[in-house]
Amino acid sequence: MKRFALSAVSTLAVVAGTSVIAEPQAEVLHWWTSGGEAKSVAVLQEEFASNGGTWTDMPVAGGGGDAAMTALRARVLAGNAPTAVQLKGPAIQEWYEEGVLADISNVAEAEGWADVLPASIAGHMMCEGTWCAAPVNVHRIDWIWANADVLAANGIEMPTTWEEFNAAAEKLQAAGVIPLAHGGQAWQDATVFEAVALGLGGPEFYQKAFVDLDPEALTSDTMVQVFDQMRTLRGYVDENFSGRDWNLATAMVMNGEAAFQIMGDWAKGEFLAAGKKPGEDFLCASTPGDGYLYNVDSFAMFDVEGDDKRAGQELLAKLIVAPNFQEVFNLNKGSIPARTDVALDAFDICAQISAEDMGSTSAGGSLLPSYAHGMALRGAQAGAITDVVTAHFNSDMSSADAVQQLADAVANSY
Amino acid sequence: MTDLSMPQTRTQSAMGKIALRWLLYVLLGLFALYYLMPLFVMLTTSLKSLEEIRTGSLMSLPREVSLDAWKTAWSGACTGIQCEGLRPYFWNSVLIAVPAVAISTLLGALNGYVVAQWRFKGANIIFSLMLFGCFIPFQVVLLPMARLLGIMGIAGTIPGLIFVHVIYGLGFTTLFFRNYYVTIPAELTKAARVDGAGFLRIFWSIFLPLSLPIIVVTVIWQFTQIWNDFLFGVSFSQAGTQPVTVALNNIVNSTTGVKEYNVDMAAAIIAGLPTLLVYVVAGKYFIRGLTAGSVKG
Amino acid sequence: MSEWLENHLPKVVLAPSFIAVLIFVYGFIGWTAWVSLTRSKLLPKYEIKGFIQYERLFDSPRWDTAINNLYIFGALFIVIAMVLGLLLAILLDQKIRVEGAIRTIYLYPMALSMIVTGTAWKWILNPGLGIEAMVQGWGFPNFEFDWLVNPDYAIYTIVLAAIWQSSGFVMALFLAGLRSVDGEIIKAAQVDGIPTWRIYTAIIIPSMAPIFLSAFIVLAHLAIKSFDLVIALTGGGPGYATDMPATYMYAMAFSRGDIGQAASSAMIMMLVVFAIVVPYLYSELRAKND
Repeated sequence: MKRFALSAVSTLAVVAGTSVIAEPQAEVLHWWTSGGEAKSVAVLQEEFASNGGTWTDMPVAGGGGDAAMTALRARVLAGNAPTAVQLKGPAIQEWYEEGVLADISNVAEAEGWADVLPASIAGHMMCEGTWCAAPVNVHRIDWIWANADVLAANGIEMPTTWEEFNAAAEKLQAAGVIPLAHGGQAWQDATVFEAVALGLGGPEFYQKAFVDLDPEALTSDTMVQVFDQMRTLRGYVDENFSGRDWNLATAMVMNGEAAFQIMGDWAKGEFLAAGKKPGEDFLCASTPGDGYLYNVDSFAMFDVEGDDKRAGQELLAKLIVAPNFQEVFNLNKGSIPARTDVALDAFDICAQISAEDMGSTSAGGSLLPSYAHGMALRGAQAGAITDVVTAHFNSDMSSADAVQQLADAVANSY
Repeated sequence: MTDLSMPQTRTQSAMGKIALRWLLYVLLGLFALYYLMPLFVMLTTSLKSLEEIRTGSLMSLPREVSLDAWKTAWSGACTGIQCEGLRPYFWNSVLIAVPAVAISTLLGALNGYVVAQWRFKGANIIFSLMLFGCFIPFQVVLLPMARLLGIMGIAGTIPGLIFVHVIYGLGFTTLFFRNYYVTIPAELTKAARVDGAGFLRIFWSIFLPLSLPIIVVTVIWQFTQIWNDFLFGVSFSQAGTQPVTVALNNIVNSTTGVKEYNVDMAAAIIAGLPTLLVYVVAGKYFIRGLTAGSVKG
Repeated sequence: MSEWLENHLPKVVLAPSFIAVLIFVYGFIGWTAWVSLTRSKLLPKYEIKGFIQYERLFDSPRWDTAINNLYIFGALFIVIAMVLGLLLAILLDQKIRVEGAIRTIYLYPMALSMIVTGTAWKWILNPGLGIEAMVQGWGFPNFEFDWLVNPDYAIYTIVLAAIWQSSGFVMALFLAGLRSVDGEIIKAAQVDGIPTWRIYTAIIIPSMAPIFLSAFIVLAHLAIKSFDLVIALTGGGPGYATDMPATYMYAMAFSRGDIGQAASSAMIMMLVVFAIVVPYLYSELRAKND
């Protein structure tokens, strides 16, 4: 009861824009450590500070958050959880089930999050009807990036179907250009795989296979076709793709060594950093097919002791979803705001396409979570799928075998 | 000294001897190249501009030498929202490594002294149980250790990290000292006891003064292990206590940021400098220490 | 009282370390064994559910690969590092003029964290960037060195980098051994006109038996724990062709939230360690007691 009263009072304080109860404190665990990412987080820290808060930075990079999750587990077990943690997808609900997350519903309701976030993205922020995380941005995964000059020189348009893509690739290969720049790391293989699956199978198939894990969809002929297309794509990458970092693959597209890359929109940052212009030097389009695969970064608040920390959590949650931060952060990061009411005038053409597609797919029900980036499935299941995808792509496994292994691996992952 | 280059018979011709000598140096040189190659790549990359790395060959010498990456790595690279480079974390590593090395070495010396010179029933069993501790995969201990550190109230602190490093260093330090002290004749201890010297006095005034070589070996080993540790550093630290390897990882391992390889490489070399220095300065004593008996099973 | 203390002081001194090891090594192994019998996911749970995690483990093709890799890697790494270490030690022991410098060069890789030397190795071994491209650039267009990107050979690049990192240390062990062999015996053998190679194979190397065991223990410990190396060099790829038990376990525990599975893989790893270390300890300590 006392706790309820306290949080009610501090909500009032946050809503009023002041913090009379306690100095907001936040120790923030995140894995955005370099260049543009770090600058983006710094924006949040500055806003937090100018609202009277004290931010303690706890960055841990590596493996797309693996190292940060290791640290998080150790901290939670030690009873020393950080105030706020970069956490996304079903992992939020998993942590909630362990009973360690704080409820931030009062902020969310006061700020009207439900009205400004697309329904499927809002869904990721809710745990059993309460708000337990705050979304920062939306990365689109199913992007295809291209070198404009290379396409022009070979008379190729951005492909809108996978057949067109294959035809273009054959043409490029004949002309001595590497059709697809790719880095052979498991998560990159998975990124391409889910884009192909969405394109060939359509949103409904994707939903069944990678969100519901329906065994029929996993062993369907469509899935065999998806693996076939992966095998075809394997022929379009150069020999030295193994272990290559994604940004080196992007550089290949930039230099004209390769024509296309399939990668989330952080690749745009790499083009922009090299002074390339979207629409002129490089082109962006969604991968062939309908739908939209999103990767939403978010922060979850952990159950912590102390009014100053709780005030910090509420202030942080409020600032993260506020329009100003959503705009500034995403301009830095290459993604788009999670809330739909932010003006996009300052954003580039690729971001505008992304926002427009997010709106239309959200209405049409094809706004889908990326499995490769931990949005659709829990870690064990997503990992099991990725194991098969990467093993298939990096060997001469047949598509039929791959589909069988896929079903087995998913069944064995519970 | 097993010097076999001395002519043991007069039949070997002088020419053949010189040729062999040359062959020897060529072989040693080739191996030196193998060992130096990665360092060469790291050094040259750290001196190049990002533009040159993007466009040029990774194995070539820099066209234009620039120290900017080194400056950035030391004091400007972002390891999160703070862009102060490795500098602040360096101090944390020193605060962790120095006490941890000192404590684990001292405990190892005492343990080794007991196991080697004051054998009691079960001492060997105890020693082998401790030795087995060297082999436990550290990933196994992360979670229960986190829980215990929390109970002890030192989670996320520098004393907590020191504690962890001391515990998991004990196996090796005890092994080193035990193998060294085992070569010292038991008669020495016996004689000292007859003269009325006690356990600690014998250790302090007889064994410790003899131990310099093995102390060097143990300190080098422990310092290398603790300074380069990442897994414990990342799991048992919190904001403000992160060691330099975690900061290095933050600079090097960003997933979706733009990669600055020259800064990465410079940061890596800077983070490795203390251990490199230890090897260069103390390398000679290292071999001597090992020679002095630690390796005689 | 003080007499009791004096008599029991050795035990009292040893006790804290021993208790610490009992808790932090054996206690934790016990904890892991317990957790491996549960269905722990994100955080450990303690409700026993039988051997399901072991069944899952043995059903996993990725674990098969990891265990096979451990055998291949472990055997090659230990044997080559020892042979190379011994060879280098013998070469260095021939009154070399710049011994100090060369020794430091051989030894320094041990000082650097693999987090970053891994990147350098990745570039060197990458066919498009490193050695292959360089040699082809010298005018040998048919030169091929593509192990890193070949799923069947990638594990050998890990061996190559691991040897780079550790063979210097083994060299130091052997060098120290060579220096402590009794010079008189060798002089006598030389006077008898025994050829150099015979002196090595018949006298010097056999007398260094304890060093082989020390080197073996250090190398085996590195092989089983090899983790940073794999992560930095191949990330377990291509596919999961270079996965090892330590990386498998880490992936399960920390990126997949499957702690029960991780614990079962850790137990199997520990059994492997046990099988290697116990015979060694047995022979070591029996020899001492004789």
